[in-house]
Amino acid sequence: MNFFADAVAWLFDPTNYVGSNAIGIRVLEHLGFTLLTLVFASVIAIPLGFFIGHTGRGRGLAVGTAGAFRSIPTLGLLTLVALSVGIGLTAPYAALTVLAIPPILAGAYTGFEAIDRATIDAARAVGMSEGQIVRKVELPLSLPLLMGGLRSATLQIVATATLAAYVADIGLGRFLFTGLKNLDYAQMLGGSILVILLALLLEGIFTVLQKLVVPRGVAAGRPTDIWAGFTKLAR
Amino acid sequence: MIEFHSVTKRFPDGTVAVDGFSLVLPSRKTTVLVGTSGSGKTTLLRMINRMVDPTSGSIEIDGADIGTLEPVKLRRGIGYVMQNSGLLPHRKVIDNVATVPMLSGIPKKRARTEALQLLDTVGLDRSLANRYPSQLSGGQQQRVGVARGLAVNPNILLMDEPFGAVDPIVRAELQQELLRLQRELGKTVVFVTHDIDEAFLLGDQVVILRTGGLIAQVGSPAEILANPADDFVATFVGADRGKRVLHLESHSDGDVLVDADGRLAGVLAGGTSPSAAAGAKAAPEEKAAPEVKAGPFAGSGAPAQGGDPR
Ligand SMILES: Nc1ncnc2c1ncn2[C@@H]1O[C@H](COP(=O)(O)OP(=O)(O)O)[C@@H](O)[C@H]1O
Ligand SMILES: [Mg+2]
Repeated sequence: MNFFADAVAWLFDPTNYVGSNAIGIRVLEHLGFTLLTLVFASVIAIPLGFFIGHTGRGRGLAVGTAGAFRSIPTLGLLTLVALSVGIGLTAPYAALTVLAIPPILAGAYTGFEAIDRATIDAARAVGMSEGQIVRKVELPLSLPLLMGGLRSATLQIVATATLAAYVADIGLGRFLFTGLKNLDYAQMLGGSILVILLALLLEGIFTVLQKLVVPRGVAAGRPTDIWAGFTKLAR
Repeated sequence: MIEFHSVTKRFPDGTVAVDGFSLVLPSRKTTVLVGTSGSGKTTLLRMINRMVDPTSGSIEIDGADIGTLEPVKLRRGIGYVMQNSGLLPHRKVIDNVATVPMLSGIPKKRARTEALQLLDTVGLDRSLANRYPSQLSGGQQQRVGVARGLAVNPNILLMDEPFGAVDPIVRAELQQELLRLQRELGKTVVFVTHDIDEAFLLGDQVVILRTGGLIAQVGSPAEILANPADDFVATFVGADRGKRVLHLESHSDGDVLVDADGRLAGVLAGGTSPSAAAGAKAAPEEKAAPEVKAGPFAGSGAPAQGGDPR
């Protein structure tokens, strides 16, 4: 029995592209779920990260909280939230938002912290207000690292979003759970391959984006490893 | 006119950077704050644009206490130039220069036109306008920094070791350029340096500082050279000059001036007789000595010292 050949056959079986469980629909659901979770996490983590990066305040607390968030088992959290709010989309959105916050937060504030203090000091000294410093100096110069954080978060969400199907009828995880229940390994592996392809696609998009947001005039070779600063601080 | 009234700055960690500093900085003149590293020069400078607020005492600009002014507004009216230019790395040269005028509401087009003119003013080719700071040499970046400092046409220009990080030849060029600019523009310049030669070259008024922002001496370069207030000033003024203490050596080919390191420094204009030179420049008891040691101020460009300076 060749699982892989079966999976490929499943992927190319036209009957899998019709109905409410069509591959196309599941892919779009998965993608939509990933992007919306990314938005939720960003809305929380980016302003917080900018605040910490700009003021230098609350960094210890943020590092601690983000570290704790990182160590929460997502499946456990998902189950816990689902038990309290019930079956549906709320639980997976909440659980995966928690998962996505630490890398975005780290990207946002390490992006600010990596900027030469003298540049910011000069901007202030010539008469930029704090808001102008954030918008016109810190934000553009920190985009590459922020984008690195978003990329890292996106890959985690897209992989872990399969768990959403555990408590809701959504995404590529459906193929995994259905396949598992019916011992349909072709469907399971086919679903996994789709998750991997989606992750690779997003990774490719972010690679391009990350290059595009490096401001012209800023020397290439800036640090892009968002965890470097994070783990150093957490120690 | 900028006035410091008993200004003290104590940082949160307890460091007293400036202690009871009082001084009047006259308008349209260059005042140079000079002292060793850590003597409080930068702190003093940054109190003028409220980048640092004094712990006690007050600072007035043209009679107005700046403690009552809004810092951002105050800073937009004061030019600021620092070491390593502090330019925004993601903006082109022209946009760096036009940044503050545009923040102050000047339309983009006009701000850019004026920025181009400022590049002329500081001696930069207009073809550099569309480069990024990282594409310029250190000296060019400092010129852009000066252009940016001048962009809002401020009355006051604060300069914190602006030429400290460029090589000696470019530094000399930039110093001459600043002297020229100052002749043309007549700003109230406050200039910080640890280089006493630079201080004497640029300053109308020179303030020699000791650690803790204490004034060791204030005066024109000539006054300070002629009458150093104490040993500290004499040493400070002399330390850098030691290498230029000159003496006369007789050679078979004639008399030449030699510096303390034994390097040839030149010949005396006019008379070449050792005793004539000695009479003009050195203490009488050294007159007969074949090797004539000039006073510590020789070669400094200061007025000749008639008798014993101290
Ligand atoms: N933000 C600060 N916090 C604590 N101490 C400071 C701060 N800024 C300057 N100092 C201290 O104040 C003194 C004067 O510093 P500064 O004005 O920078 O001297 P200078 O410019 O003459 O080298 C130094 O001892 C310096 O360490
Ligand atoms: Mg300094």
